[in-house]
Amino acid sequence: MKDFPFLSILTLLPLVGAAVVAFIPRTRAGLAKTVALAWSVVVLALSIVMWVAFEAGGDRFQFRESYQWIPTWDARFTFATDGIALVMLVLIALLVPLVMLASWHDVDETQRSVPTYFALLLALECTMIGVFAAADVFLFYVFFEVMLVPMYFIIGSFGGQRRQYAAVKFFLYSLVGGLFMLAAVIGLWVVGGHTFDWQALTDASGSFNTNTARWLFLGFFVAFAVKAPFFPFHTWLPDAGGAAPAPAAALLVGVLDKVGTFGILRYCLPIFPEASRWFAPAALVLGVIGILYAALLAVGQNDLKRLVSYTSIAHFGFIGIGIFAFTTQAGTGSVLYMVNHGLATGLLFLVVGMFVSRRGSALVSDFGGAGRMVPVLAGLLFFAGLASLALPGTAPFISEFLVLIGTFTNHKVYAVIATAGIILAAAYVLWMVQRTTQGTLNPALSETPAMQRDITLREKVVVAPLVLLLLLLGFYPKPVTDVINPAVQATMQDVGTTDPVPSAVANGRVAR
Amino acid sequence: MDDLKLPGIDYAALAPMLILFGAACVGVLFEALVPRTRRHGIQLSWALLALIAAFVAVIVVRGRRIVTIGGAVAIDGPTVFLQGSILVLGLVSVLLIGERTIEPGGAFVSQAAHTVGSQKDLKQAGGQPGATEVYPLTIFSLGGMLLFVAANDLLTMFVALEVLSLPLYLLCALARRRRLLSQEAALKYFLLGSYASAFFLFGVALIYGFSGGVDLASIHTAVADPARSEVLLFGGLALVAIGLLFKSAAVPFHVWTPDVYQGAPTPVTALMAACTKVAAFGALARVLYVAFEGVRWDFQPVLGTVAVLTMLVGAVLAVTQTDMKRLLAYSSIANAGYVLVGVLALNKEGLSSMMFYLVAYGFSVLAAFGIVSLVRDAEGEATHLSRWAGLGRKSPVFAALFSFILLAFAGIPLTSGFTSKFAVFGAAIDGGQTWLVIVGVITSMLLAFPYLRVVVLMWLSEPGEATPAVSIPGFLTSAALAIGVIATFALGVVPAPLLDLTNDAAQFVR
Repeated sequence: MKDFPFLSILTLLPLVGAAVVAFIPRTRAGLAKTVALAWSVVVLALSIVMWVAFEAGGDRFQFRESYQWIPTWDARFTFATDGIALVMLVLIALLVPLVMLASWHDVDETQRSVPTYFALLLALECTMIGVFAAADVFLFYVFFEVMLVPMYFIIGSFGGQRRQYAAVKFFLYSLVGGLFMLAAVIGLWVVGGHTFDWQALTDASGSFNTNTARWLFLGFFVAFAVKAPFFPFHTWLPDAGGAAPAPAAALLVGVLDKVGTFGILRYCLPIFPEASRWFAPAALVLGVIGILYAALLAVGQNDLKRLVSYTSIAHFGFIGIGIFAFTTQAGTGSVLYMVNHGLATGLLFLVVGMFVSRRGSALVSDFGGAGRMVPVLAGLLFFAGLASLALPGTAPFISEFLVLIGTFTNHKVYAVIATAGIILAAAYVLWMVQRTTQGTLNPALSETPAMQRDITLREKVVVAPLVLLLLLLGFYPKPVTDVINPAVQATMQDVGTTDPVPSAVANGRVAR
Repeated sequence: MDDLKLPGIDYAALAPMLILFGAACVGVLFEALVPRTRRHGIQLSWALLALIAAFVAVIVVRGRRIVTIGGAVAIDGPTVFLQGSILVLGLVSVLLIGERTIEPGGAFVSQAAHTVGSQKDLKQAGGQPGATEVYPLTIFSLGGMLLFVAANDLLTMFVALEVLSLPLYLLCALARRRRLLSQEAALKYFLLGSYASAFFLFGVALIYGFSGGVDLASIHTAVADPARSEVLLFGGLALVAIGLLFKSAAVPFHVWTPDVYQGAPTPVTALMAACTKVAAFGALARVLYVAFEGVRWDFQPVLGTVAVLTMLVGAVLAVTQTDMKRLLAYSSIANAGYVLVGVLALNKEGLSSMMFYLVAYGFSVLAAFGIVSLVRDAEGEATHLSRWAGLGRKSPVFAALFSFILLAFAGIPLTSGFTSKFAVFGAAIDGGQTWLVIVGVITSMLLAFPYLRVVVLMWLSEPGEATPAVSIPGFLTSAALAIGVIATFALGVVPAPLLDLTNDAAQFVR
């Protein structure tokens, strides 16, 4: 079981599927959809088998595979996964079939080629899995950049209004970040002894010149901050999230953006520990600003998809401070947050998408009293909103709690300010739910025939797994925390911080 | 009086050049003796045969490392590799040049002497078969390029420069459509090219005054001698460099590029963008690495500035272009800057990354111009950007291929554009030229914008009334396109074989 090449198959399988689906003629849309969905379910099944085969307390990196690629540069196809990557891989494999099912009818209306859309989703899945599975810096970079291409076409060809602008902005922002990382990757290759192997670079990290390491760290960090997105590199996400088809947007904020925070955990911290400690105060400040600023902007949004995008930016602020607080508790909280945010915001985007496709508009002001027309959907929106604001009993609560309490041990001020984000979260979520589903019925709604139809069976299948997981992990997160905890502990050891006993001495040392 | 002694000549090592020059002369005879109707097929097959024969000859001599004909020609790793690349890229260009099915009669004028707009001119524009002189001219030019990268003394290099340039000037003037534009481009290219040659020759004179010889080895010895005049050395080097930088289209010697690329018949533009660039950088690298290595610290910052300017000007002006051929011209200027970054690493990696870049870029640019030659309406090629709007809807396959090439130019991984950029930047950081890499990264971001704009135009815009259909390519263009696209993909995914090849080849003889 251990020797089975899980990761390369998991990466390549969707790509093969994409090729197959792309060659189905556009008149056979139904066939294309079915094949794509079946394919992604196979990928999901494989990822679950991998989850089972993963030994939670075993080696840090498991399922390691390594193949020769470009010997001149010592770039290899090295795949390996630790607990952090594993949970993200399973999250991807879970979300993709749901997203496909959710966009079952959406793309038909845009008059575009349905097989292309589903092929692009599968291609995107391949690159997303690759980016999390790579254990070679070069390979990681390749997937990191290639990931842009399918998403660009999904936003640009299948999105709503202003899709061109949003697609180009998304592409350019990410590419600019990526090119900074390219410079850093080359620099790392030169100072790291002409290798791209993650392990070798981590082992060599102590020998880097302090200044060089800081510059390289910044190169990586900028790319990840754009991707995540952290304040002040976030402005592309509301545009992209607002313009992308809602299910694709769920994938965008649910998984694709996590590459940013994952990259910080996997590359910035272990390879540049000193630079990470040096930069931590600034990262914490950015995180806190992001939480408050994005939450405030979210309150003022009138477009549902943009609103959800802004809430994500705020949540990424939490993930950011959790990472740079350098305690195992906060780190575990952050990784758990990455998973839970994928589930909660993914669900929120999918439900919002169901509203939008019925009403034909994403503006809050076009709804109002929708609860009377579609009570179950309205209830779902309420639930997804509550999960997103981290109500106790839903999974995000645990992660947010862990992040805040972990941050509090080291950085009391930041934790206290960040807590204000929770209050704002309640404001934007509740206000959104209130203005769309409660109150007097907007007469335009009752005139829209599609709004007569409450949740369909297909949509129930889409939301059911997410709702169940959110509740289940809200009460019993142990299966996930068991997997991520060892990986987070190892990462924190790489950074060279030990969890402080609650004493002022330890605080002073880490905070310096 | 001493007996004149002929220098030893290694004919085998010179075979590729001899084959091409001989074939070109025979091609001229064909022009005189074969009936007009049958010339095209014969000339085309003859040219392809000559290129293949020369390539086989290159393969045969690949292990040889010698300086022959009295020090005039050096056969070494870079020579062999670059000659091979020029021949392969030249072969693909000849395929584009040979295309006759897209436009009745081909891309070339049937009789260059017809006055523009006259009755005869209108008649030839209607579909008389195009000129077949283009084949001997192309082969002469390619032969000159082979000699250019092998030249081991500056006079031979000068002769090679003229042999490769003169046919190109003529080829530029032979467009069937927009003949005035084409002739103007040829004139501009000719005048500026002559100036550049004059600079080069003057530089050779100064260097001769400095070192008492024109072969690279004696210059190398002279450079090491502190007693000699620095004024002559740096004056000569500067003037020689101007000649070479002109051919490689580096700023500030680039001004001809957009006009000539736009005006020349598209297959000739492809030939210039792919092959001439290889030849120019091959010669530049040889002069810098072999002859002037001793003053590397003096010319590095100057050429570094040239590289920075080249990248910046190319990238910034590419953003503002509205014509596809001009856009590709500015992009080729920026790419010349990236190649220069590799050259300036001044180490073995620099040399090998330069060679890799040239080959990778050559294939991509050939494919790009191949597609440009297909997008056309009744007036000929539709090169204005606005005409490309919505092309993805009308001809998804070609739009997809072109998007792929553009992504390669933008340096997205899994394309040759990424691997080659990675190679030159890596070499430059290794060689301590981090500042060049930083500028390279910044300009890459700028340069991504025009490429992306074209992708957006093709896929995300609605097709307008004016959007032309993509012509169905003939066999020759299809082959050229396929080779270009496959090479671009293959060098992005499995670059190792070519990287190994360039690594093994990156050693000059002195």
